[in-house]
Amino acid sequence: MAQTRGRGRLTGYWLMLPGALWLGLFFLVPFYSLIAMSLYDPQGSSLTGYDMTWHFANYVDVIQAYWQPLLRSFWYAALATIACLILGYVLAYAIAFKAGRWKNLMLVLVIAPFFTSFLIRTLSWKLILADDGWIVNSLQFLGILGDEGRLLATPFAVVAGLTYNFLPFMVLPLFASLDKVDHRLIEAAGDLYASPRRAFFKVTLPLSMPGVIAGTLLTFIPAAGDYINSELLGSPNQRMIGNVIQNLFTNQGDYAAAGALSMTLMIIITIGVVFSIRRVGTEDLV
Amino acid sequence: MSPLHKLGRWIGDHLVLALGVLVLIYMFVPIAIVALMSFNDPSSRNVYKFDGFTLHNWLNPCEPAGMCSSVARSIEIGLLATLVATILGTLAAFALVRHQFAGRGPLNTLIILPMAAPEIVLGSSMLALFVSAGFGGQLGFWTIFIAHVTFCLSFVIITVRARLSGLDDNLEQAAMDLYATESQTFWRVTFPLVFPGILGAALLSFSLSFDDFIITNLNAGQTVTFPMYVWGVAQRGIPMQVNVIGTAMFVIAVAIVLANELSRRRQAKAAA
Repeated sequence: MAQTRGRGRLTGYWLMLPGALWLGLFFLVPFYSLIAMSLYDPQGSSLTGYDMTWHFANYVDVIQAYWQPLLRSFWYAALATIACLILGYVLAYAIAFKAGRWKNLMLVLVIAPFFTSFLIRTLSWKLILADDGWIVNSLQFLGILGDEGRLLATPFAVVAGLTYNFLPFMVLPLFASLDKVDHRLIEAAGDLYASPRRAFFKVTLPLSMPGVIAGTLLTFIPAAGDYINSELLGSPNQRMIGNVIQNLFTNQGDYAAAGALSMTLMIIITIGVVFSIRRVGTEDLV
Repeated sequence: MSPLHKLGRWIGDHLVLALGVLVLIYMFVPIAIVALMSFNDPSSRNVYKFDGFTLHNWLNPCEPAGMCSSVARSIEIGLLATLVATILGTLAAFALVRHQFAGRGPLNTLIILPMAAPEIVLGSSMLALFVSAGFGGQLGFWTIFIAHVTFCLSFVIITVRARLSGLDDNLEQAAMDLYATESQTFWRVTFPLVFPGILGAALLSFSLSFDDFIITNLNAGQTVTFPMYVWGVAQRGIPMQVNVIGTAMFVIAVAIVLANELSRRRQAKAAA
């Protein structure tokens, strides 16, 4: 076996050591620092320094002060994830089952938008959704949007931006699990008189659940922490938790509150991830 | 099957594909706009529409103050972070696939975690470390570099690991059977086979580093990378040259990917 080859039993450790050290030093230790920072005395500042006072009240304070953007972040991220799931499933399904020899090309095209900067692409949406742009004008002409109606600086624009930016994160895992689905199972369902619709809901969809879960997590988590879309496409009424954390760090220098808020976000997400994996792992996946 | 059924089937088949292509087109709309705006001749600075065609932006890409230096800074950081992340990540991937050692399970989890945490949390935890270690005043090139290696490392390990575990063991055993030494086997057989994976990981790593804003912004101090430059001008009106950089990046990256794909196909053909 491959595992037993290699010079001596220690080789694995030596190969792993630099990477593990790096992640320990610059990923695990920072997390410890963040926990510590979230418990700093809120009276401190970057000039006077911070005292470690185990100030757990920081958490209560930030949740009381910022529960609105916190809640909004999860709400927007959930909406964007649902939109990504619908668009992404159609695209992944088309690539896996209908693209034929165009499969590889279409996959490359899914990743290609990543090569233009995230910020520039998001700014481009600002132009597409602009108040005198043709989308707004057509919607006004059709009466869907009032004469004073606008898309920019609304929750719609922010959710649309999030959907756009994180769509590839949804498509790739969905494709990976759809591509593995054995076509014979779908044919068998057809042979047993299942309609294509029924075959999809009873065979294809359940088999693609690992991709749905992975895609949902990969979309939801970065979307909940993002603040680029809400800053560029929204207004202060659409502020998400990332905007608040960033602002607390760089403009207000309130490191204790920023740390506590950052940890709060992480804790909620971790609980959500563990819960959804457990739930799906035991019920829907089997 | 009745003709009507056939028609229904044909529409069903092609409808999904058509919808899929529509979603793909949607993904490229903003990029088309960026490319279009790179030829825009704006009448005022804060305008968000196409006023007239010009090559001026392409011929004078470095006109906006500070933009090209920010691009250069991003390239520097990207290359350096990619180099370090690719080396450390490739070694780790070999360890994880080819060697049995204690602690592999926890290590596999440790690798996924940086990708699972939201960027704002990852960024603020690093800032917390730098501040508590007394580097709060020295944020800049090196703190950005450290942050970028950290988030690229996981992606490199996972990409190379996938390539390595998909490798056919028999090729190496055949080489050994033909009396190749261990290092000959590695450099003549294993490494060339893994190399496309390493190259892919490096490309991914560079584009992640070049594009990162959220983590960088927290750890950058006074250093300005290209995304930070774009963020700064987004408030005041964007010089059209930003679109030139965006378009050029896209074209270069797609060219690299296509060249890679072509050479892979040629190799596959030659091998067949």
